[in-house]
Amino acid sequence: MRNNPKSQVCFWQGNEACAEASIIAGCRFFAGYPITPASEIAEYLSKRLPQVGGIAIQMEDELASIGAVVGASWAGAKAMTATSGPGFDLMQETIGWAFMTETPCVIVDIQRLGPSTGQATKCGQGDVMQARWGTHGDYSAIVLSPNSVQEMFELTIKAFNLAEKYRTPVILLADEITAHMRENIILPPLKTVEIIDRKKPKPNENAFFGHEEIPPMPSVGEGYNVAVTGSTHNEYGMRFTADPLVHRQLVERLNNKIQNHANEIAEVETSNINDCKVGIVTFGCASRAIYEAAEEAEAKGIKVGYVRLKTIWPFPEKPVKKLAEAAEKIIVPEINLKQIFYEVQRVVNGSAEVVPLNKIGGGELITPEELLEKISGEP
Amino acid sequence: MSGTFSMHKYLRDLPLPFCPGCGGLTVMSEFLRAVYELGHESLSKFVFCSGIGCSSWIPSPHFMADSVHTLHGRSIPVATGIKLLRPDLNVVVFGGDGDIVGIGLSHFVHAARRNVDILVIMVNNMVYGMTGGQVAPTTPFKTKTTTTPYGSFENPLDATKLAVAAGACYVARWTTAHPKELKEAIEKAIGIKGFRFIEAISQCPTAFGRRVGFKDAGEMVKWFRENAIPVKQTEGLSEEDLVGKIIVGEFIQRQRLTLEETLYGVIEEAKKEIGKNRN
Repeated sequence: MRNNPKSQVCFWQGNEACAEASIIAGCRFFAGYPITPASEIAEYLSKRLPQVGGIAIQMEDELASIGAVVGASWAGAKAMTATSGPGFDLMQETIGWAFMTETPCVIVDIQRLGPSTGQATKCGQGDVMQARWGTHGDYSAIVLSPNSVQEMFELTIKAFNLAEKYRTPVILLADEITAHMRENIILPPLKTVEIIDRKKPKPNENAFFGHEEIPPMPSVGEGYNVAVTGSTHNEYGMRFTADPLVHRQLVERLNNKIQNHANEIAEVETSNINDCKVGIVTFGCASRAIYEAAEEAEAKGIKVGYVRLKTIWPFPEKPVKKLAEAAEKIIVPEINLKQIFYEVQRVVNGSAEVVPLNKIGGGELITPEELLEKISGEP
Repeated sequence: MSGTFSMHKYLRDLPLPFCPGCGGLTVMSEFLRAVYELGHESLSKFVFCSGIGCSSWIPSPHFMADSVHTLHGRSIPVATGIKLLRPDLNVVVFGGDGDIVGIGLSHFVHAARRNVDILVIMVNNMVYGMTGGQVAPTTPFKTKTTTTPYGSFENPLDATKLAVAAGACYVARWTTAHPKELKEAIEKAIGIKGFRFIEAISQCPTAFGRRVGFKDAGEMVKWFRENAIPVKQTEGLSEEDLVGKIIVGEFIQRQRLTLEETLYGVIEEAKKEIGKNRN
C-alpha cells in the first residue's frame, strides 16, 4: 500500500490511476479478460494486487470475470473488473444479478467505438444508455464518468464507496482517451481519503435483503446461513417466484434506494449555471473542449455556463434544470449519436433550446473550435 | 456421530422442490448422508453454489447453510471467486447437465484445468427439465424431446471423460440406482483436494421419462441399473459394445497443485519482492 503522508504528484496513465485508486479504495480482488482499451488495468493489478495480499486473476471470459467478482464480494472482498464494450455486453446479465442480490462491486467500462467490433482502439461514448439499461428488468444504475486522469483516480474510489454504501454494482464509464492519456495527478495524503465499507449485520440479524432500505450484508462463511438468489426473494432471501407483492416490494426498494438518493449521488462540475446565455451539458472525453471554448466565447462577449456530469446515472437533474433557467440554448456535445441529448431534452422540458453536437469515428474528439461554432451560431 | 441420519437436520423447514419421482431427491439425501457420515453436525464449513435448473434448487435455499444461487451456467466462476477468498471453506457446486456442460461448459473445463479446489456435483437427467424437456448436450442420440420431435440428431457429450481430460483430481459417475456408491464417492470427494467432479445420472420422469416410454420413475431407475457397466469392465470393449450403456465408477484420482496453492504462492513472492525493494 502506498503510504504517502503528504500530497504527491504522479505522472500516470488513466488506467494506471484507476488501478492504483482501486487498491487505495480497498479492492483486493480483480478478475478480468483482456480487451483493448482496458487491458492495462488488468496488467497493472496483476502486478500490484499480490504485493498488497490481493488476488488478480485472468478468467476465461467476461462472464466468468464478473461471476468471480460477485463471488469474491460475497466472500467479503471489495472486488472489481474492467472491460470495454464487447465485454460489457457479456457482463450485463450478471450486472442484473449483482443488482438483484445487492452485491457491491465495481465494473469499469473503458468505452471504445462500437457497435460490434467497430473501431476497437478508438474512443467512443456509445455505452451511455447500455450502462443505464443494459440488463433486463426494472433496475437503477449508478454510473460515473471521469474526464481526466485525476478523475480516473478520484471516481474509482468514489465508485467503490458508492457500491459499498448502497450495496449495488457501480459502473465507472470511462473512455479510451481518458484511460490512455497520461497526465500529472495529485495523489492526496492517504489518511485524507474517505473510504466507506459495507454495513455488516449484528450477530442475530437475518434480514439481509429487506426491512431496511440498505440491509446489512454478511459474507459467506461467517455463520449467517445467507441464501443469495437472483430470483425474487423476501427479506430473508427465500424465493418467491410468483407472489406479486414480494416482487413489487423488492424491486421497488432496490430502485428507490438509488433513485431516492439521486441528489446525494449526483456529482457535477458547473460554471455560470445561474447566469449565462449559452449552456453546455457534457461528460467524459467530450467535455475536454468546454474550457477553451467557453473562454473564447466569453472573449467574444457570449457568456457560457456548463454542467459537466461526473455522475451520469442517476441523471443529475437539478443542475441541468438550473442551467436551463438561465441559458437560451443548451449544447450537448457527445462522442455518440445523441445518447445524453434526449435525457437533457427531457429534463429541460422546453425551457431552453437543446442542440446536439455529435461526432463519431476514428477516435476524433469534438474540438474547441467546433464547439465554439455551435456556441456562436444562431439559436 | 450420535443418533441416526435424518436429512432434515441439514435443511430449512421448507417444502422440497422436486416433482414426484425426481432423482434430485436421491442426490440431495445421499449428499447429506455423506456429510453426516463424515461427522459434520452442520453445514457451517460449506458454501454451496448453484445455477439455474431443477438440481440447482437442491442446495438453494433448502440447505441450512450459505448458498449462492447464481445465473444459468455461472455457478463455477462464482464458486471460484468465493474459494479464492476463502480457501478454508468447502465450496460445493450443484448443477444440472444443461447448466454445467451446456451453457456453462467453458467454466467447467477451465475450473478443472486451473484445478480450483471445489466439488462439482452434476445431476445429469439428459434433458432441460425445468423448461419442459428440450434436448440437452447430454441427450442420447435419436431420443425424442420437445425440440427434437423426430429424435435427437446430435451426439451427446461425455462430461466425465471431459473432466478427466481437463485435469480434474477426482472424477466419478454413478446413477440414482447406485445411492450407496454415490454417497461413498461424495464422501471420498469431500476429503480430496483439487477440482472434483461427480456425475449423478438421474431420472426426470416428468419431462423426459414419460416422453421416451418409461411408465414411471422406478422404470427409469431400473433402466440405469440394468445398463450400468463398471468402468473396470469396459476394457477391451468397443464403442459399439458400449452403445446405450452407462459407464459407472471412479475414473481418476490424482494430486495436482490447486489454484489456491499456486496463487497464494504468487502473493507470498510478490510481497517478498516489494519488501526487498523497500530495504
